[in-house]
Amino acid sequence: MKAEYKRVAYYPGCALEGTGHAYNKSTKEVGKALGLELDEVKNWNCCGAMEVKNIDPKVQTYLSSRVMSIAANEMGAKVVMAPCNGCYHNLKKAEHDLAHDESSRQAVERISKKAGHATYQAGQVETIHALDWIKDGIGEEELKRRVKNSLKGLKVANYYGCMYTRPRHIFPEKDRGPGSESTSKPHFMDDLLAVAGAENVDFPLKTSCCGGAHVLSDSDTSTKLVLNILRAAEAAGAEVIATECPTCHSGLEMHQVRAEKVLGEKTKVRMLYFTQLLGIALGLSPRKLSVHENVSDGLELLKEKRLA
Amino acid sequence: MPIHEKSLIRPEHIKAHEKLVIDGVDVSGHWSTFIEPRVVTDYNERLEEEIAALPGGEYVHRCWQCGSCTNACPVNAINPDFNPRYWIYLIRMGMESELLRDKEIIWQCVSCNRCTYACPRDVVPEGVMKATAHWLELKGHTPKSKSMIFDEEFTEQVVQTGKIEEGRVIRRFFAKTGQSLLQDWLVAMVKRVARRLPVMQGILMGLAALIRPRTRGWGKARDAITEYVHEQEALQRKALGLRDTR
Repeated sequence: MKAEYKRVAYYPGCALEGTGHAYNKSTKEVGKALGLELDEVKNWNCCGAMEVKNIDPKVQTYLSSRVMSIAANEMGAKVVMAPCNGCYHNLKKAEHDLAHDESSRQAVERISKKAGHATYQAGQVETIHALDWIKDGIGEEELKRRVKNSLKGLKVANYYGCMYTRPRHIFPEKDRGPGSESTSKPHFMDDLLAVAGAENVDFPLKTSCCGGAHVLSDSDTSTKLVLNILRAAEAAGAEVIATECPTCHSGLEMHQVRAEKVLGEKTKVRMLYFTQLLGIALGLSPRKLSVHENVSDGLELLKEKRLA
Repeated sequence: MPIHEKSLIRPEHIKAHEKLVIDGVDVSGHWSTFIEPRVVTDYNERLEEEIAALPGGEYVHRCWQCGSCTNACPVNAINPDFNPRYWIYLIRMGMESELLRDKEIIWQCVSCNRCTYACPRDVVPEGVMKATAHWLELKGHTPKSKSMIFDEEFTEQVVQTGKIEEGRVIRRFFAKTGQSLLQDWLVAMVKRVARRLPVMQGILMGLAALIRPRTRGWGKARDAITEYVHEQEALQRKALGLRDTR
């Protein structure tokens, strides 16, 4: 339990205002239900995502540092929470580069000065993921007490994707033994959903790649990578894949349809954000959690399981 | 000891007897293989330096060819020709013409960072893949990949407004690459969601799409980033011995 996670600066990012709208909505609803508070970062900008990094990594470092600078210097926040793996990864990467690389520091200082805001200094804020926020902000015992609608009997494959754990050096707080997250076998989502009553299946592709980088520019590769993940989840007996990243989530959903239409490969497993699953366990309605906005029919599954 | 999953021997240089029996022993095929020799003289001795001058390629010199990157790579699992270990070897040797034989697929790296995670020498192979793809385009060996077109469209929007609107990025990307938005699978996907969406929410989402999200007071940041990017591009072109086109 960490008291400083009770109220955090919230950085939703661009995807959560578009395709990841359901993740945004369900994160806020779960926060409300658990008494965890969110202050949205004022007038935020894009973190740079993978696309800007590919054009120039230091511009991405600047973009991410501006978000942290506003949180630290204009809002006095100590913790920034980003539910999107891309945003979370980029803020962490910027933090690491600013602490260890002089040329990144110089580039960020130069652009920040010209842009007319305080330069972010490494260490001013701690960036966390929505998983850390719930796991350490409320704790598993307290979460267990608040479960009203146990997910008992729901078979879940927990899918974390790439950006939550790789590369390892930008996550110095992980791999620290008991209680900390693991970069080779992440388990925070497994832990939370187990508390909510779900039956987590043994899923070997937790951190496999969905091809999100080329979701549209090299669709054939993405479809093959996604199909691997969907098949492995079904082989493990999962009815639903729990996600914690808007790019992974929409990648899985889009290429599930594409695999069906282009390759004739139909899979039945559904995708739900982990916040949607937690929300259901906390007794919130599927509508409130925007389950109807998902492409795969999660509502049908929840009804079959008598959870909605 | 490197993994010999790919070598410099070209398939067309392998000579094997289809059918050969010596003293009653069948030595057809690979039993009697020999390799036509060839001489390589067209080394680009600056290749490693050029890759190292582009973002992501800085640590290519650290590689000791263990092959962990290729072993961890999900794209290699789909296409065995996609081989980061081999390309890093070619870059360090300066074997440009060999590298160019794979120029059409290098951009396909999905940036999953499994290679960077596995690498014992902190080469950051993912970065080397990006630098190499960049190098191919800057040198004019390949046209802009679809991935680069996507990245440029995305970056352009972020630099101009501070944010992106996914719908706009996707529409413009499809237009620039000459693809129709009305592909079966995309239409099927939209239909699946639309059928479940309440009418009012559908209308609100449509209206929201008309307003471009932007960060307020972004002008100064836009100018500072643009200036920085132009400066970096000029430095990169110089390192590659290219004329500054600006």
